[in-house]
Order: sequence, then structure tokens, then C-alpha cells
Amino acid sequence: MAKIRTLEDLRKIREKAKKIVDLREMEGKEFRVIIPMGTSGIAAGARDILKAFLDVIEEKDLHNVVVTQTGFMGTDPIQPVALVEDKEGNKVMYCNLTPEKVREIVEKHIMKGEVVREYVVAVPLEE
Amino acid sequence: MMEDLALNIMDVVQNSLAAGASRIEVEIEEDPVKDLLVIEVRDNGEGMSSEEVEQCQDPFYTTKREIKVGLGIPLFKEAAEHCDGSFVIESEKGVGTRLRAVFRLSHIDRPPLGDLEGTILSLMVTNPHVDFLFRYKGSGVFELDTREVKEMVEDLHLTHPEVLKFLREYMTEGMKEVRRAI
Repeated sequence: MAKIRTLEDLRKIREKAKKIVDLREMEGKEFRVIIPMGTSGIAAGARDILKAFLDVIEEKDLHNVVVTQTGFMGTDPIQPVALVEDKEGNKVMYCNLTPEKVREIVEKHIMKGEVVREYVVAVPLEE
Repeated sequence: MMEDLALNIMDVVQNSLAAGASRIEVEIEEDPVKDLLVIEVRDNGEGMSSEEVEQCQDPFYTTKREIKVGLGIPLFKEAAEHCDGSFVIESEKGVGTRLRAVFRLSHIDRPPLGDLEGTILSLMVTNPHVDFLFRYKGSGVFELDTREVKEMVEDLHLTHPEVLKFLREYMTEGMKEVRRAI
């Protein structure tokens, strides 16, 4: 018989994660991804971008990134966009995103710390 | 136009978030007997005056005035009314807002619900400070309340890969049992 999933199972995930965090050295590679979700962004495909980030994070088992959404950010002509911020507060805005570009950004920027310059709008707090 | 109703829901939830809601409830009911599909979104945000409720539904007012909601509401209303349905917003300042969109389930032009599961989950995990309740009434009832989820995971973030995996599977399995509408 198939196992019935209950929310209680989340406790085990929590316990397991706690042990891993204790063992793992924090490498200073923590990222925050922020995706604006105004009406125009949603109509331009922001939902698929949000979902692509979550899917790649799940697939690659990434523990160093948090994804949040926000409201309208005045980025209409270059939607959908995502803001990637590292632990030091360096912000990079990626524009005209597709799920494929999201995968590349996760693999390079979030996993290796390399900014994917060709998709960047501006690099405000750097250089 | 929004391609599917899940996008309309996502858009309406943005208004609830902009209104500072700390709890948002999304409830969907299929009623094959009455041939209806009912979508209800409730929040405890700042609410609107009766004048603002009128204006947010009017596509010719919204873009010119300093009102927080854009074209999303008129698009949703138009879609519902076009499908022999109805669209009602009730709101009270300082209490919250309730939006109810009704579609004729079998109407040829009714947009599909689309990737409802993925859309709702994305909203839940990327707004960790807001409590979401999602309830789907089809051939049974599926419910997911992020208050319970947060109690279980404690300080673990909702976009932790294993939490994401668990929630996606939990949602997919639960919804497979109850959802019939496309």
C-alpha cells in the first residue's frame, strides 16, 4: 500500500536539515532571489520564472538560496525580471527571463558565484 | 488577457499582499450539478471603501488614479461575466476583502484553471510572512494551510529544496484525488 503523506513528515525534513546545517561549513555563498509580480509581470510570464527558480533549487538540492516575491517594481518593459542578492548585499537584476535563462543563472551565479553578464540590466552596488 | 485562471488568482493575491494582508485564503469549488466553478479569495488586508471597490473594477479609472490595483481585476471580472458567471467584491476598511468570481463550468470560453497547484505553491513559499489557506472542493476536499506547514518546519525556510519537494508531492497527490476541472 502506498504511504500516505502527512504534514508531520515535514518534521523529519526539519530534523535532518538541522543536522546537515550543523555539519556543513557555511561558505558565505548565500543568495536571495526576489521576483516582482505585478499584473504586467504575471502577464509577461513571471509565474513561470518563479516556478523555474523553485524547480531548479529542488532539482539541484540547493540550501544556500531563498526565493521571495514582491509587488510591482517599475520594470515593465524588461519583464520578467529577477533580482539576485548575495550575502554582502550585491544586487544583480536579470531581465527578459525565460526558464532556460533561470537555469543558467542558478547554475552559474548561485552555484558558482559567477554573474551571467549577458542577462544583466544593471549592477548597482558593484564596481 | 490571462491565459488561465490560476494566473488571475495569482494576480488577485498580489492585491491582497499589497493591501498588507497577513492571511490569505483561496477557495475553489467545482459544482457539476449547478454547472459552476467558484473562485473565492479572502484576505485580512487594509480593505477598500465602497468607492474604491467600484473603481478597482473599472478599467478606465484604474490606470489614471493613484489606486494600487491595475488592470487585473477588470480582466478577471470580464472573464467571469463572459462565461455566464458573476463577479463580486466585498470589502471593509480595516477588516479585509472578499472576492468571488463565478464561471459556468462547462462554458466553451471558460479559461482552464491551468497549473493551479504550482501557482498556489509558488505564492505560499515565496511569501513566508503571510499565512495561506488553500481549499479545493471537487470530488472531495483538499486543504493546505501554511500555518501548519510552518509549525512543522520551524525555522527552516519554505524554499528549502526538501520542503519544496515535499509540498509539491503533497499538493499533487492531494489534488489528484479531488480535482476534476481542467
